[in-house]
Amino acid sequence: MRTEFENGILTAYLDGEIDHDAAAKIRTRVDASAQALRPRVLCLDFGNVGFMDSSGVGLVMGRYRMMKLTGGTLRVVNVPDRLYRVFALSGIEGLGVLR
Amino acid sequence: MKTVNEMKLSFPSKSCNEAFARAAVSAFIAMLDPTVSELSDLKTAVSEAVTNCVVHGYRRDSGTIHISGKITEDRRVILKIRDTGVGIADVKQAMEPLFTTAPEEERAGLGFAVMQSFCDKVRVRSATGKGTTVTLEKRISDAR
Repeated sequence: MRTEFENGILTAYLDGEIDHDAAAKIRTRVDASAQALRPRVLCLDFGNVGFMDSSGVGLVMGRYRMMKLTGGTLRVVNVPDRLYRVFALSGIEGLGVLR
Repeated sequence: MKTVNEMKLSFPSKSCNEAFARAAVSAFIAMLDPTVSELSDLKTAVSEAVTNCVVHGYRRDSGTIHISGKITEDRRVILKIRDTGVGIADVKQAMEPLFTTAPEEERAGLGFAVMQSFCDKVRVRSATGKGTTVTLEKRISDAR
């Protein structure tokens, strides 16, 4: 996973397979960067994610809450079609974070 | 229906084995030449079932997760994912979308919803103190 910080926007480029094991590692790294950098926007880029189970939904919901607490916003971008079904089941579209 | 292939796997309830279980099941069903989407559906369902064993079945203890797989002549894949952990007191409630007993671990409460949506049949048998067996069934479309 690569991260980038520019103009108050922290982008995490997620890759590989997001399951319970991987989500815990991503969460630790993203949260540490966010606490250090205090971004206005946290952007999770799913473009290079090959597989995701519902742990990916938990990851998004957790980061949504974290950003809300600090007055920031979360964006979820480049979700490949094949991963979309899991997000669709979660009703997470209602949060307005998916771009 | 006649069984054309079978397999059995046992491994410790470590979260790194979630990926192992997906890969092993993918290899097992490769003989049916599934579509990308069928393969992805089964991998996702297996991932949810195995994660449930790790996160809920054995909680912080470690235990053994068992998977047995069968492929029938009519191209159905039947997978049993079993733990001998704490069991589920109320299976109906556990299967409700968004219900979770592990919100602090950021579990979305979607495990069973994903299994049901991505498989043809999902059966859950559980007894508190004895463990849980989830049976997933999915038919793979005929060779193209």
